[in-house]
Amino acid sequence: MGGHFGSDEHTASPVVGRALRLGIGGPVGSGKTALTAALCRSLRDELDLAVVTNDIYTTEDADFLRREAVLADDRITAVRTGACPHTAIRDDISANLDAVEELEARHPGLDLVIVESGGDNLTALFSRGLADRQIFVLDVAGGDDVPRKGGLGVAAADLLVINKTDLAEFVGSDLALMESDAARVRDGRPVILNSLRTDPAATGIAAWVRSVVPVAAP
Amino acid sequence: MTRGYTPRAAVTAEADAAGRTRLTRLRSDGPLAVRATADAVYLVGAAASPLGGDDAALDLAVGPGARLAIRSAATALALPGPAPSRTTVRATVGAGGRLDYAPEPTVAARGCHHHAKALVDLAEGASLRWVDELILGRHAEPPGRHTSRFDVTYAGRPLLRHELVLDDPAVYGSTAVLADARAVGSVLLAGPDLATDPFTAEGLSVLPLVGPGVLITATAPDSAALRRRLADAETYARGLPETISHHT
Amino acid sequence: MAGTDAALLLLADSRLPAGGHAHSGGVEPAVAAGAVTDVADLTVFLRGRLATAGLVAAALAAAACAHAAGPADAFDALDAEADARTPSPAQRRAARAQGRSLLRAARATWAHPALDALAGTAPHHPVALGAATAAAGGGPGDAASIAAFTGVTGGASAAVRLLGLDPLAVNRAVAGLAADIDAVAARAADAARGPWAELPAASAPVLDLYAELHAGADLRLFES
Repeated sequence: MGGHFGSDEHTASPVVGRALRLGIGGPVGSGKTALTAALCRSLRDELDLAVVTNDIYTTEDADFLRREAVLADDRITAVRTGACPHTAIRDDISANLDAVEELEARHPGLDLVIVESGGDNLTALFSRGLADRQIFVLDVAGGDDVPRKGGLGVAAADLLVINKTDLAEFVGSDLALMESDAARVRDGRPVILNSLRTDPAATGIAAWVRSVVPVAAP
Repeated sequence: MTRGYTPRAAVTAEADAAGRTRLTRLRSDGPLAVRATADAVYLVGAAASPLGGDDAALDLAVGPGARLAIRSAATALALPGPAPSRTTVRATVGAGGRLDYAPEPTVAARGCHHHAKALVDLAEGASLRWVDELILGRHAEPPGRHTSRFDVTYAGRPLLRHELVLDDPAVYGSTAVLADARAVGSVLLAGPDLATDPFTAEGLSVLPLVGPGVLITATAPDSAALRRRLADAETYARGLPETISHHT
Repeated sequence: MAGTDAALLLLADSRLPAGGHAHSGGVEPAVAAGAVTDVADLTVFLRGRLATAGLVAAALAAAACAHAAGPADAFDALDAEADARTPSPAQRRAARAQGRSLLRAARATWAHPALDALAGTAPHHPVALGAATAAAGGGPGDAASIAAFTGVTGGASAAVRLLGLDPLAVNRAVAGLAADIDAVAARAADAARGPWAELPAASAPVLDLYAELHAGADLRLFES
């Protein structure tokens, strides 16, 4: 069994000797699973990685990742959250920790474990006991006033992704406004505009992930 | 009569040098009689119909490589009496031995207060089939109090400890326990080559244990349906899954 | 329980970060089967569960706690007793998942030789709970009470989430089971004074069936 989780592991330089744990949160439908799939495709050749999904009702997200064949089956684990997706990433992270530890035990030398949340509201935040770094994903169709309203996820995530930018013109969202509002509530932390339609590799986000994963000596 | 019977009966089966089973002991005691036939030993008398105050015990010993089948002639009826009734079966099975214990069902009649206890000690390499069927009351009557406790060890480790308590209708009638079933039963199979995946169907579970065994439990509206369910499940548990349709 | 021992209250708190929130104790499959649709149904279900699986869990927890208070070395034999009383593979998995999570939470909170003895294992939940109770300064009676109580409240909370039941009405129903919970805990603690082989083993055939049905279900919110 793994180590102790009583201490705060959300330190400036993530824990050495185990995989970086990256949380991906955001509202239902904002594109978390598609982004997870894109990151897996972009990073799997250079990083040893695995995914934990927190499906709200089914194993659909895990099944999607398997169907898309972004990773081998035994690198994807689905966790059930008892109808409380926030609880599973924040208040009681036990099931997610178990899933992460099992993946680490099955694949020694993992660089990165992505924990995708089950779909949250704007107040959701990953516990520091679970995620070393976290990405919050919004989409333009959710309304361009969301960044201004803020919320814990929008304000405090290590990276904010404003997703599906290709849809902005169709839903009447002002991308520049979203970006500037986000910058204001985020106190300088990074924001990336993303469209998997025009950039299936999620180039900017993948680069950010590379920058936070400690590089092991070859 | 205020005190019941306390009969002690025993059956011992041993394999001879040629590997054939001999019944080396066949002891009846008063009202609890055991009768050997060509293919099984039958229980008759008090073992079949415990009356309040009775305390019957049956000891079964199956030596290494020997085979023993126990049956009964008729349904057992647990009846009321001045004190609780009790039956205790103790069995040991040696390596390579096989015990097949499948008496007719017990009916927990209205007003009964019966404790059925079975303790089975299996040596490594022994095999077992143990059938237990209980009917909750005679036709359209509520059952009396009935407790059964079944303890099985395999090679000295606990394989199954299983109790069914009919005492408080708010408990056994709960949707978590028996719901509105009028018959409940189980078959424990222990030994090699059993199903390793669980299986379920209406009122029926096939549950692979940690040790070398599978517990089948079933609930049903009546004894005939119970027997059908248990028989279906046994077919599956013996590794013939194509013979019944998968439910899960 | 000795009344106001805050360390023990932590173990009974539904906010204990030990994975319990994702387990319904069979309530989700009971809801799916139509056996639980309202507060009255829930009460019937929980009363039956308490007297069977709840009693067994409470007795195992009490036995584990008593063992932990002594020269606690291996819990293997008690864990095997838990296996023998849990014929459903799905229930064994659920019990071990919760035991592993509880052990993590307990080890992060208290230092105790019994917790060290269990380190690196995924014990049955009651075994972990007994050790954790000892680590928190409690005795076998406390372990039995916490096991019996949390078994009921976990299922009740799941029903609130699954059926949108009035949480005030559910709370009243749980309070109505308080005397039953106490009686089960007392029986369990008493039984734990005897040999492990003779601990209660009350079965619930429908719970076993539900557990297996749930494990094979496509749509489910709870692990068990």
